[in-house]
Amino acid sequence: MAGLHKSQFENPVLNWIDSRLPIPSLMHKEYAAFPTPKNFNYFWNFGALAMVTLVIMMATGIFLAMNYQPNTALAFSSVQHIMRDVNYGWLIRYVHQNGASMFFIVTYIHIFRGMYYGSYKAPRELLWILGVIILLLMMATAFMGYVLPWGQMSYWGATVITNLFSAFPVVGHSIVTLLWGGFSVSNPTLNRFFALHYLLPFVIVAVVFLHVWALHITGSNNPLGIDVKGPQDTVPFHPYYTSKDSVGICAFLAVWAFLVFFMPNLLADPNNFIKANPLQTPPDIVPEWYFLPFYAMLRSVPNKLGGVCTMFGSILVLFFLPWLDTCRVRSARFRPVFRKLIWVWLLATATLGVVGAHKPLGFWVPLGRICTLYYFFHFLVLLPLLGVLERTLPLPESISQAVLRKTGGGPMPHSATAQPMEKA
Amino acid sequence: MMRRFAPLLLALGVGLFIAQPPARAQETPPLLHPHFSFSGLFGGLNEASAQRGFWVYFKVCSNCHSMHQLHYRDLAGIGLNPAQIKAIAASVTVPLGLNDKGEKYSGPGTPASQFRSPFPNAAAARVVFNGAAPPDLSLMANARAGGPDYIYSLLNGFVTPPPGVKVPPGRYYNKYFPGHMIAMPPPLHNGVVTFADGTKATVPQMAHDVATFLYWAANPDEVARKRMGVRVVLFLLILTGLTYALKRKIWSDVEH
Repeated sequence: MAGLHKSQFENPVLNWIDSRLPIPSLMHKEYAAFPTPKNFNYFWNFGALAMVTLVIMMATGIFLAMNYQPNTALAFSSVQHIMRDVNYGWLIRYVHQNGASMFFIVTYIHIFRGMYYGSYKAPRELLWILGVIILLLMMATAFMGYVLPWGQMSYWGATVITNLFSAFPVVGHSIVTLLWGGFSVSNPTLNRFFALHYLLPFVIVAVVFLHVWALHITGSNNPLGIDVKGPQDTVPFHPYYTSKDSVGICAFLAVWAFLVFFMPNLLADPNNFIKANPLQTPPDIVPEWYFLPFYAMLRSVPNKLGGVCTMFGSILVLFFLPWLDTCRVRSARFRPVFRKLIWVWLLATATLGVVGAHKPLGFWVPLGRICTLYYFFHFLVLLPLLGVLERTLPLPESISQAVLRKTGGGPMPHSATAQPMEKA
Repeated sequence: MMRRFAPLLLALGVGLFIAQPPARAQETPPLLHPHFSFSGLFGGLNEASAQRGFWVYFKVCSNCHSMHQLHYRDLAGIGLNPAQIKAIAASVTVPLGLNDKGEKYSGPGTPASQFRSPFPNAAAARVVFNGAAPPDLSLMANARAGGPDYIYSLLNGFVTPPPGVKVPPGRYYNKYFPGHMIAMPPPLHNGVVTFADGTKATVPQMAHDVATFLYWAANPDEVARKRMGVRVVLFLLILTGLTYALKRKIWSDVEH
């Protein structure tokens, strides 16, 4: 039996498998025994929520693909066929349609959590960068998915967004032709968007795997933003966080179900109930709500290339966040100035979302410009400066010490005074 | 904290106030907002109203408007029985594809037939209506802001144009239509149809019934969906409570 992995499992079947392919050991190490800071708040649910959403989106998507026709002549009616004739087709489609919104809500909160508690700082830079890649992939997937029902907003949204690439000098028009598979948004475009919309989620799964892998190397950040000093600061992932994540998942599914069953078209655009018509432009071309801040930035710059660069730049800047933020203290709890400014940044970004939903007229134009400027000002000027200028508050010695102070617990348990030990 | 943001909030508030578009002459008035059986979280479908609405569609709207996404069998959803559906389908002539000689032929419809279209295709409709083909009504209740309120308002919105407004030939003045100049002549007149249940066919009554029917046509899943939704959401809420209790129990031995 030389070379066999020595399995710790008592169950003979598990032991037999584990000795040959140690997936049970891996799962035990990473999801059961995995030492996790014991002071998470409910904001730490959102990674698990995003994972659940991804799985539900893929499961419903596969069943939709079985009944959908990626052809400009048939697509619109095939969606109606799903809604009317396929058994529980309306349920599958509404879960998928509203799932896109739920996915972005959850992901945006997850990202904001990371920003607020400094989860992107050393040693978690790669973990953060992989997250930004997931966000970009999600955006591409969501955009192409929105084209598939082939309504008016699908068609005109696709036209506007793909045309953005024509802003790039020299290669711009070739890129657009390549995206379209022709000289306008047409059947080849729909066909390839369907293929890519089916492919990209699997790419997302791969990057999520890397994201979780990186997480399990560095360990999770926590609301205090300080390193785990020893076993007294952590609890095993199971049953502590499996149970806490379950609470979040159930509540989240309840919200999602409410949307699906009682107001499934709350976030839908009336124009997308009209079949795509290349000869008739709708009065307003508006993207889905989750793209509105970026759409507002695009329109805030009075130059096409400048607008496109600003829009892409708003995501690209996130890649550099770990180095733009020069403060060594992670959590906003101990950064009195940052703690306020991060909310101002959120307000500016949310305002951009409102601006994006309105025609670029009158007051909305300067408001959009101010907020766009502030968005970048926050990352490019405020964060680097704060690291130098801000007086941070003293950090607690360890997670368990802070917990004891908060709960007014008795004398420190013996283990809490143990030397910091190296974490696996 | 609040004081620090006060100027910002003030600026935002003033901005939002200024941002209101100036009221123009002939602005579209707010839509009428009648009560529909399906409005609200638990609203169901008034089948009698939907059936009257179908009758108005069948006798009036369907002369110009198609409803491609519906089949006669779907009418079971508004409470018509198989015999009624068969009779309605058989009373219309629909294209039945190609015969043995490869020629197009038509005949009486069956419950499986698509709703009869007044025109063979969009181009044929356009040529009859000066280029503006009457839109398909299958999803009309979802395809306009305001949905059924918009349909109800529009059908009640044919009024004499205000003095000084010139209505071009082939157009009609409608209070609720964006731009007011609609290509559709007023379709409903008191008594244009007769309802089997004795309801008086006034314009507001027919508009209400048509809006109900079209809402059902666009959302045939609504009744089953809401019924399932009550159970699913209740189940998930109870599960959330139980899971929370479990979590409290598990965490009770940890200082956190």
